[in-house]
Amino acid sequence: MIRWIGLSAAAAAVLLLGLAVGPADLSLIAVWQALLGRGEHSTIAIVRDLRMPRALLAFFVGGSLAVTGAALQALVRNPLADPYLLGLSGGAGLGAVAAIVFKVGGVWAVPIAALVGALLAIALVYRLALVSGAVLDARVLLLSGVVVGAFAASLMGAIIAISPAPEVRNALLWLLGGFDAASWTALGVFAAYAVLPLAVIYRQNRPLDLLSLGEEPAAFLGADVERLKRVLYVAASLLTAAAVSVSGIIGFVGLVVPHAIRLLWGHLHRSLLPAAFLLGGVLLVVADAIARTAFAPLSLPVGVVTAIIGVPVFVLLVRRWAK
Amino acid sequence: MGEVIFETRNAVYRYPGGPEIPAVAAVTLSIDAGELVAIVGPNGSGKTTLLRLLLGTLQPSDGEVLAFGRRATEWKRRDLAQRIGVVSQREEAAFPLRVKQAVMFGRYPHLGPLGAPSAGDIAAVDRALERCDVAHLGDRWIATLSGGEWQRVRVARALAQEPRALALDEATASLDIRHEMEVFELTAQLVRENRLAGVLVTHHVNLAARFADRLIVMHRGSARATGSPSEVLTRDVLEEVFQWPVAMTEWEGVPQYVALRRRSGGEGGEGGEGD
Repeated sequence: MIRWIGLSAAAAAVLLLGLAVGPADLSLIAVWQALLGRGEHSTIAIVRDLRMPRALLAFFVGGSLAVTGAALQALVRNPLADPYLLGLSGGAGLGAVAAIVFKVGGVWAVPIAALVGALLAIALVYRLALVSGAVLDARVLLLSGVVVGAFAASLMGAIIAISPAPEVRNALLWLLGGFDAASWTALGVFAAYAVLPLAVIYRQNRPLDLLSLGEEPAAFLGADVERLKRVLYVAASLLTAAAVSVSGIIGFVGLVVPHAIRLLWGHLHRSLLPAAFLLGGVLLVVADAIARTAFAPLSLPVGVVTAIIGVPVFVLLVRRWAK
Repeated sequence: MGEVIFETRNAVYRYPGGPEIPAVAAVTLSIDAGELVAIVGPNGSGKTTLLRLLLGTLQPSDGEVLAFGRRATEWKRRDLAQRIGVVSQREEAAFPLRVKQAVMFGRYPHLGPLGAPSAGDIAAVDRALERCDVAHLGDRWIATLSGGEWQRVRVARALAQEPRALALDEATASLDIRHEMEVFELTAQLVRENRLAGVLVTHHVNLAARFADRLIVMHRGSARATGSPSEVLTRDVLEEVFQWPVAMTEWEGVPQYVALRRRSGGEGGEGGEGD
């Protein structure tokens, strides 16, 4: 219980922090008043129309990436899985870049293109992973994920290289990742794509527990494994596509956050998933605040910040896992 | 005669892309509530495939397999898991679990998708731990258990399912004598106490003969012999099935075999050559 209160308090605190940090220096009191609709109009506008959707979007994207990572880890029975490392983010990114460059218009088109890309990527990753035999080996699966991610990245590079200049700028800006384009509309688009898969994954919390025993033992304890796997592939692809289409490719959140929660909360998904959502949100709001302020007035892509945190954790995990 | 729990009629299973000879060829059997049936035979004789047909994880290529009066593959896994507890051959938890959490998985088929386990579920877990003599291990990580402890924990998990049938697939293969005997004793007691339909897949014919009410001796996918231990355990059957000369003896009225040494001259001679 104390852990839940602590985590919720941290979430509230970083969201407030996210409202206070930025080019225009605002005190927490000014932020609070602006939230209540008092104070200068410009302050109210900055807090309500710029920083609030940005902080919330970062929070929900971080939470969704963390939940996706946790679900994928259960699915492939390996703590190294994450939407980025399994190539889903790359596939979604490729779909989104194609949509932007070829001007398939509208706020809704990019997420759909990203979803198609993510689904194709995970199908390809599985196909590659099964080349070595009928039984899925988690190591081969991760390798295929990295390969497919690299392939998607090079295709993105190719598309950008042969595109006219204005589209290139748009695609590059988007590709670097981040929440500069955050708005209430973007938040709405994201929520429309993310709420259902989040609920679906949470509903499967018990079968996800069972899956950690292996597919056959899970079936003997009541999990409909084939259906569960399909549902999880689609839900993970949707969440990744939603995240990628509003904020570009942000790696390692899905790896670092579930791992921290596993250490603190254990491995049962009934608590793991919501706790990972909260911590993922906290991490990405903080990462976004760092990205905006570390070299202000210049800002870093938020994916750079998460990678700086995530890569050492990944190395530690590989060392533990290899033993 | 008890209630029929498992039933097959000419059940056939061919592995897709596998050899022409089916892994299970026209097996007809029935297993009642309250009896312990052992499926024995050498490696590759179709024991585990037959069990998977009974448990509904494989679809028969031909013939019929019924569990609780319904095609085994037509059951929802969850509904079947409320009725059959399984201790399968291989299982390795990808993430660390405590013994109590692992045994609580046995309650999952009875739980809704959300919400915490009820007091009743916790009581069922405690009863199962107690009954399998692993209550003192409740807070241990499963990775720290010995092979024998882990198998008893898995039997406890199956018991927590409050099933009407219990199936063990080579569950004692890697255990020493004491722990193997403990698992066999426990299984036989649970089957009698709760009038379960017990199915034991094993290649330990001697032990199966002493614990099971009936044996099904598998040979190249077919049931070579079916019946009580004294009916089916003959030298002819065993030598044909295991492709090795044996001598027969008896313990407490149940036939037991002794595998002969090839180079020794006489019946059961232990050959003094020393190796």
